[in-house]
Amino acid sequence: MAKHVLIIEDEPNIIEAISFILSRDGWQVDTHSNGHDAVAVVRARAPDLVILDVMLPGRSGYDILTDLRAQPETQDLPILMLTARGQARDRELAEKAGASRFMTKPFSNADVIEALNALVAE
Amino acid sequence: MATLNILIAVCLAYVALLFGVAFMAERAALKGRGNWLRSPWIYTLSLSIYCTAWTFYGAVGYAARSGLEFVTIYLGPTLVMVGWWWALRKMVRIGRTQRITSVADLISSRYGKSGLLAVCVTVLAVIGITPYISLQLQSVTLSFSSFAISDPDGVSLIAGYDTALWVAVGLALFTILFGTRNLDANERHHGVVMAIAVEAVVKLFALIAVGVFVVWGLAGGVGPMMERIDASEIGQWQMDGGRWVGLTFLSAAAFLTLPRMFQVLVVENEDERHLRTAAWAFPTYLMLMSLFVVPIAVIGLEVMPAGSNPDQFVLTVPLTQGQEGLAMLSFLGGFSSATSMVIVAAIALSTMVSNHIVMPIFLRLTQGGASGPSDVRHVVILARRLSIGVVLALGYLYYKVSGGGAALAAIGLVSFAGLAQLLPAMMGGIFWRGATRNGAFAGLVVGFAIWTWCLLLPGFGGGVLSQAVMEQGPWGLSWLRPHALFGIEGIDPLLHAGMWSLLLNVTVFVLVSLVSFPSPLERLQGAQFVNIFDHSDNPQSWSGGIAQSEDLMIMAQRILGPEQVQSFFQAEAARQGLAGYLPEPTPDFLARLERELSGAVGGATAHAMVAQIMGAATVSVEDLLAVADETAQMMEYSSQLEAKSNELTRTARQLRAANDKLTQLSVQKDAFLSQISHELRTPMTSIRAFSEILRDAEGLEPKDLTRYASIIHAEAIRLTRLLDDLLDLSVLENGQVNLNIRDGLLSDVISHAIAASGTDMHAMRVRRSGPAAEIVLTTDHDRLAQVFINLIANAQKYCDADRPELTIDVSRRGGRVIVDFIDNGSGIPPQAQGMVFEKFYRVADRQAGGAGLGLAICREIMGRLGGTLGYLPGQGGAAFRVSLPAAQRMAAR
Repeated sequence: MAKHVLIIEDEPNIIEAISFILSRDGWQVDTHSNGHDAVAVVRARAPDLVILDVMLPGRSGYDILTDLRAQPETQDLPILMLTARGQARDRELAEKAGASRFMTKPFSNADVIEALNALVAE
Repeated sequence: MATLNILIAVCLAYVALLFGVAFMAERAALKGRGNWLRSPWIYTLSLSIYCTAWTFYGAVGYAARSGLEFVTIYLGPTLVMVGWWWALRKMVRIGRTQRITSVADLISSRYGKSGLLAVCVTVLAVIGITPYISLQLQSVTLSFSSFAISDPDGVSLIAGYDTALWVAVGLALFTILFGTRNLDANERHHGVVMAIAVEAVVKLFALIAVGVFVVWGLAGGVGPMMERIDASEIGQWQMDGGRWVGLTFLSAAAFLTLPRMFQVLVVENEDERHLRTAAWAFPTYLMLMSLFVVPIAVIGLEVMPAGSNPDQFVLTVPLTQGQEGLAMLSFLGGFSSATSMVIVAAIALSTMVSNHIVMPIFLRLTQGGASGPSDVRHVVILARRLSIGVVLALGYLYYKVSGGGAALAAIGLVSFAGLAQLLPAMMGGIFWRGATRNGAFAGLVVGFAIWTWCLLLPGFGGGVLSQAVMEQGPWGLSWLRPHALFGIEGIDPLLHAGMWSLLLNVTVFVLVSLVSFPSPLERLQGAQFVNIFDHSDNPQSWSGGIAQSEDLMIMAQRILGPEQVQSFFQAEAARQGLAGYLPEPTPDFLARLERELSGAVGGATAHAMVAQIMGAATVSVEDLLAVADETAQMMEYSSQLEAKSNELTRTARQLRAANDKLTQLSVQKDAFLSQISHELRTPMTSIRAFSEILRDAEGLEPKDLTRYASIIHAEAIRLTRLLDDLLDLSVLENGQVNLNIRDGLLSDVISHAIAASGTDMHAMRVRRSGPAAEIVLTTDHDRLAQVFINLIANAQKYCDADRPELTIDVSRRGGRVIVDFIDNGSGIPPQAQGMVFEKFYRVADRQAGGAGLGLAICREIMGRLGGTLGYLPGQGGAAFRVSLPAAQRMAAR
């Protein structure tokens, strides 16, 4: 059974790229491009895994992550954070907020698939 | 006649000799050869002017009349020289350091350089000395008569002339020749001093010669002489204790206050150390002078006929014994005594009179106007010469008025008592800081008045004070009787006058001094006089131990800081061969420490501090004044420091502000870098992801291939544009921007911008209004066009109206050209209006593309062009206003 992944990202080209490679790898891909209602969308769609961008219109990825971790249903949900700001501080913030994995853009496609598979295996 | 002629010839020859001696001494001094002139012996001999004709002739007369009482006249000076040596030294030190010229100068200087006091002392001194000078005239006149008596022709000759007048005139000329050749009173009269020294030897030799003749020639040796003395009435004379004490005191006082004594003691003093020699040599001289007084008096009383003047025994005893040569020598001795006293007294008095009375009046009259310095010199010399004349004239007058009959010693004592009135003001001034000008003045006036009333006026005989006044007092006030003041009778008139005058003098002096308040100058002078030894240049000897060194170190550390002081102290200790940090407080070390300290706190303060610790000196008013001076300077310095400190505080504040700004900038820079990173990574993410997809080529359909390649292409362009914008912004913000300034029409720039924006392809209408075609701009047209293009492109991107429309309105306002870009969209929300010019700020989502640098770049460009770019609220849609300085001239028509 194909795993369900939700991509929360506002850059359409990047959504398209990730969607393509994950679909090709056999994932059921779902996307969302807004920060406002991201938490509600995650709860509603209940994905097996979430790819979360930091810079989202409406709400920061860290805040969304913190909210998700505060709720029992999404407490242990594997979440891969993506950020275009590759500073050490960003990684710290992500770990503090409870990210399962953290990746800096630009990334290698293979790395993303490997990271997702690893997260699912855990 | 022959004898008298010879006498006159000898006198003249003697005077010529003295003049020669004086002349040679002055020549030698001038050529700097006269080291022997500065010997303590010359100084001691010059002091012998204390021994005048009174001593030479009068002492014997005194002994014949009052027995051993004459000794008191020698006792006073001896006690002063031996016992009050230190007081004399102080006076000499003050005189030398303060360049004092006379007693009047000393007293007036001490009391705040008071002119009134100087005049007062001068007048008192002149009046007080007058009897004394008359005494000299009388003695010389007497000695002439004594010689004349032995010469039959001489009697008539003497009767035909007023000898005293001739003597006075002669002495005046002699003094003028001697004393006023040298103008400067501060200059020492080497010639005069030398002549006096010669005279001192002559008179001592003459008196001893007569004494030797009397003892061994007439009495037949010491033994028989002593028997005769015991047998004579002198031997039986009862001693009057009161008179002895009184006279000793008076002569001691006079020794200090007599103007001529001050002249030789202080003014003519070459070297303070001479006092050491004089302290024992002068009393010896006095002793030698008094050695044969009693024998001569006893023999005189025996051999001379009853009724002969005992004041002339020194002369008449040899004469009657046929010893003409010895008599001649004796005469010269007496002549020496008289002339030396008159010369020095006249010099001293004339200095006082000309300095304190004539010159002030002259200077006030001429107002220092047309007269040059040479005139003043002339006046000074004239004033001195006239003063000498006046002093001798007064002496002559006194001689005439008093009748010339009194005993020499009695006349001299009148002078002594008068001059003694200066003693309280003088000694009080030197030893008592509390003494004031008013006190000195009041004391002097009171003492002098009593002396005049009780001693001087009665001395004139019946002519001045009537018998009635003497017996009943003036206006019948018996308590004012000259010889029984306040009803106290039965005291010797001299003692009576001396006691009352000095007692009231001192009382008034002290009381008025305590009550009155000294002027600052007076206090300063008082401090300098009283503490003369603390200030004059003699090195002070400190003494102390290591304990004080430690105190010094602690004190010095407070001032100079530990490091400097420790190394200084260590070096000083090493210099003394000691280990560690504490040297012995030797004068050498202390002087160097003072120097070190004075660099930081000033010399006076340093001295005061060291003195305080060493406990060697009190801190005087002068020290304190000096400290106050320094403190004032330091306060000024410290106010400068304060100003500097304020400046530093300001600078620090500015630095802090600058630092805050830098920190803020640094934060901004971090944020900016983070933003750039984000802006660069986003397109690169797409490029990488799609290029990997293309590379793997797995599961790709042909249409995907084209699509992904075009995405990569678009993102690459986006990346390039972003980098261009960043570089552009960076140059605009920080670098040297090369502007291509030229003249051109505003309308051309707008047309160019509209064309470049490609509005035709978008469904947006552009409306233009205003006199753009009339406005010539002197600016960089390409840059301005860049701004316009950006604004138009923004309108294209963000205008959300159904039928987008952009109005470009040109107007002139003030000295500026205004270009407004207003669209018909919903505009920018108020909270975002201030943000749109920030770098990377984007109003809507990023579908519109662009990195958010456009407006930031535009604002920078407008700044460079001397204009502004701002958001214009309240226009309906989004509205941006470009403002530019108007061109210097209008477009040519």
